Amino acid sequence: MSLTLEDVARIALLSRIELSPAERESTRDQLNGILGFIEQLQAVNTTGIEPMAHAVDVVQRLRPDAVTETDRRADFQAVAPETEAGLYLVPRVVE
Amino acid sequence: MSRWEVVIGLETHAQLQTKSKIFSGSSIAFGAEPNVQANAVDIALPGVLPVLNREAVVCAIKFGLAVGATIAPRSIFARKNYFYPDLPKGYQISQFEIPVVAGGGLAIRVGAANDPNATATEKFVHLTRAHLEEDAGKSLHEDFHGRTGIDLNRAGTPLLEIVTEPDMRSSAEAVAYARALHSLVQWIGICDGNMQEGSFRCDANVSVRRPGEPLGTRREIKNLNSFRFMQQAIDFEVQWQINEITEGRAIRQATVLFDPDTGETRSMRSKEDAHDYRYFPDPDLLPLEIRPEWIAEVKAGLPELPQAMNARFQSEYGLSAYDASILTATRAMADFYIAAVAAAGAGNAKTVANWIMGELAARLNKNDMAVDASPISATQLAGLIQRIADNTISNNIAKKVFEALWNGEGSSADEIIEKQGLKQITDTGAIEALVDEVLAANQKSVEEFRAGKEKAFNALVGQAMKATKGKANPQQVTDLLKKKLGV
Amino acid sequence: MSDLFNSSLRQLAATLTARKISAVELATLFLDRIDRLNPGLNAFIALDRDKTLAQARAADEKLNAGAGGTALTGIPLAHKDIFCTKGWRTSCGSKMLENFVSPYDAHVVEKLAGAGMVTLGKLNMDEFAMGSSNETSHFGPVKNPWDVSRVPGGSSGGSAAAIAARLAPAATGTDTGGSIRQPAALCGLTGLKPTYGAVSRYGMIAFASSLDQAGPMAKSAEDCALLLNAMAGFDPRDSTSLERPTEDYARDLEKPLAGLRIGLPKEFFGDGMDADVRAAVDAALDEYRKLGAITVEVQLPNSGLSVPAYYVIAPAEASSNLSRFDGVRYGYRAPEYSDLAEMYSRSRAQGFGAEVKRRILIGTYVLSHGYYDAYYLKAQKIRRLIAADFQEAFKVCDVIMGPTSPSVAFAFGAKSADPVQMYLSDIYTISTNLAGLPGMSLPCGFGNNNMPVGLQIIGSWFGEAKMLNVAHQYQRVTDWHTRMPKESK
Repeated sequence: MSLTLEDVARIALLSRIELSPAERESTRDQLNGILGFIEQLQAVNTTGIEPMAHAVDVVQRLRPDAVTETDRRADFQAVAPETEAGLYLVPRVVE
Repeated sequence: MSRWEVVIGLETHAQLQTKSKIFSGSSIAFGAEPNVQANAVDIALPGVLPVLNREAVVCAIKFGLAVGATIAPRSIFARKNYFYPDLPKGYQISQFEIPVVAGGGLAIRVGAANDPNATATEKFVHLTRAHLEEDAGKSLHEDFHGRTGIDLNRAGTPLLEIVTEPDMRSSAEAVAYARALHSLVQWIGICDGNMQEGSFRCDANVSVRRPGEPLGTRREIKNLNSFRFMQQAIDFEVQWQINEITEGRAIRQATVLFDPDTGETRSMRSKEDAHDYRYFPDPDLLPLEIRPEWIAEVKAGLPELPQAMNARFQSEYGLSAYDASILTATRAMADFYIAAVAAAGAGNAKTVANWIMGELAARLNKNDMAVDASPISATQLAGLIQRIADNTISNNIAKKVFEALWNGEGSSADEIIEKQGLKQITDTGAIEALVDEVLAANQKSVEEFRAGKEKAFNALVGQAMKATKGKANPQQVTDLLKKKLGV
Repeated sequence: MSDLFNSSLRQLAATLTARKISAVELATLFLDRIDRLNPGLNAFIALDRDKTLAQARAADEKLNAGAGGTALTGIPLAHKDIFCTKGWRTSCGSKMLENFVSPYDAHVVEKLAGAGMVTLGKLNMDEFAMGSSNETSHFGPVKNPWDVSRVPGGSSGGSAAAIAARLAPAATGTDTGGSIRQPAALCGLTGLKPTYGAVSRYGMIAFASSLDQAGPMAKSAEDCALLLNAMAGFDPRDSTSLERPTEDYARDLEKPLAGLRIGLPKEFFGDGMDADVRAAVDAALDEYRKLGAITVEVQLPNSGLSVPAYYVIAPAEASSNLSRFDGVRYGYRAPEYSDLAEMYSRSRAQGFGAEVKRRILIGTYVLSHGYYDAYYLKAQKIRRLIAADFQEAFKVCDVIMGPTSPSVAFAFGAKSADPVQMYLSDIYTISTNLAGLPGMSLPCGFGNNNMPVGLQIIGSWFGEAKMLNVAHQYQRVTDWHTRMPKESK
């Protein structure tokens, strides 16, 4: 299974990464190279094998319900690209 | 063929009543200055990690128990990936393949909400699942030089998303379900139910079909934050879909918003992009394990549920099904009733019900107040009812005392009766003297009565009551009058 | 005194506690070396003399008081720029975070500072830890101090080069697929990747969350043990941090190795390894036999699948982890855009380098609708097979050994044109990350062009103390770990 330019465009859109038409072609070739390499996984019989999502087999630890954080808005917004009146600003969102 | 069947499923987001966020130690209190309750985890600084709030899980377990669902011994948190400015991580932590709660359902009554004589239909709405997830922040579209402002205080607020099967067949059923759910989540104390503040939000999946045909294509109405809007939005949407189909246009799956100003639904532009959420297990969170002992512990702390209480009110106190359903409609109402019965004695349970549903409900309605804001407490009402029961006051005087209690003229019925001298006159000697006076002063009425005019007797009773400002025991007055008149 | 820059941590601690040198003087000694040697190496990408000396002065106060210090008080170290460090620019080697001054400290940074260590600066790395040669850094490649025409390895290449050139006695690193061990091998150092969950990931900028683990890099196993003592431990802010009793990782250093069973996976000794690497590894194994260890052959039949499985799992997690870099709350925002969608896609196109974008795209693809089962789920199943192989192998051995990297450090540009060739340089290290196992690399000689060769030790789960013991006993009878590049003297 190899990717088309349309596939690359769709993946780039989902990833929110702008690709020029020229980049799209080189990206397609590189991604197909990597996917070709990954393809060898398909040959392995994994019937009945439980997927392993975590490196350790333990269960989620739970946090007591307590407010432990204080207002640090000024610190956090010191590194923000654009703020006003305590809000982060972005181009207008149309719903 | 003009008949259409409406098919509705609801997805409800209930904000859970915890102190802190689902994955961080920020407060979830409503109404703070923008972004002051958005800590490093909430704004997704590089390197931060989520840790699950135990209380959010307790809320999910309570809900699962209350709707008779299965609570998963092991459930998984997944990432739902999409870009949106109010979603700081670029993914929402939710549950996908294995939710914490599966199945269960809610019994609803449709069509008799305000009328004891109407026949209500009972219906059972099946739940598909309920899962834990985090809320997003808020986008503020008012003008910041043509830009949108992002407030992340709400980001990370714990939500329980409750999803039904497509079981509802009308907007009335949808609203009845939503009301029942709204009452239940407050009843078990997991959500404050404040719809204005967005604590309880519904999305409705609506489709229409000819009876017997497969399900039609659905459109999802987002963010219905009042029962009235829900009804209006669904009604509009149903009519719109019928018109489209009738005019030969196919319905396309879409997400729509309801505009309360126009009463119409419209497609959301921002949702037009094809979505592919790329769910996968969140590697930062391990499987959530819920052992049977934990479920048992939560169960032990759960209040009596509305359905059980309804049945108990009927069997124990002899209430009608209608009365029992009104008194168990909300936790606050039930709490008030139970407290009043406890103070007044079980023998007065029916009188208590009548007073709550009569005088008190009317007063609360008139003042647009909820029962938990009632100026008359359950104990005060019980004190009043006890004085009726022991003949200290008559029903009519009781209304006066109720009025005085409402206005805060005294702290108890006894105090008001004492202070205002409303105690019923039951001393036979005093009443006999009174009756003699009344007979002497109203010879005309006496004669009319003797001439066979029944009404004249009532006038004499009235005179006696008037002379005592209503305090004389009406039964004793009647009995003595009859004796004196030789009836 | 002038060779203090080549001393062990214990020697430094002794000199500091004896007050033969102050922490300020020691920090200054290293800062001066950095000023002199770093321009030719590009290992440090953030320095702040005032901050460093302030920390050193605080350490001196503790040391003067005679109490309240730890075994590490006053000893300088440097942090890989993946660790959020309060008040320091924390870039993760990316243009995306070129101007990001962290408002908080990572758990590891906090713990090492708490132990009295003095931060010399922040170290260069492959962008978002994605690379095996340090060529993907936005701040330019790090050069290998043994031969500046060669790569130092990656992604913790800055950490490795800094220690190899004796610009810092120790450094932090992170290892997602070999990023501590491979650069340690290529620069002639000792580096350890702990068991997953032993060191908190809080404040460590995530690449692939289920694989990432922080660890120490230093000259010797003993130094690594002391550093790990300060880095490891439960952190309630990381759900994957394990609640275990505190342990002294140096406790077994002096245990003799007689009877030690060393497992040699035949899959690690096949054709993939260069002859010079093989010769050095074989010689090291002979040394171990002399120390009383026995070697047994073990099998890791699925280890050949570790690289392809990794290049599904790691990019999948990364594609999601890196979504937060959207130009809204911090980080790079493109100067020109017409709407929100363009702001996102341009900020990310301009803020991320080529390798990072490649992995985000691959990760997005393998998680996307219709491909999830074939790629992501499949890779997760194979991950379990790989972990099970190790479980089986540890039934017959105490540690596993093999090469860390198939070759010595390669020249710049040698593999950067072909991503898959680059990925294969981690062929011996990746399987331990997939299994969550601890692994380390220690110098075991020199190969072609007099470049260092690394011996890899893989331990069983929580076998750090054992691995460190095994490494330390070797370092007692060899001196590879004390060698340093000529130009650095």
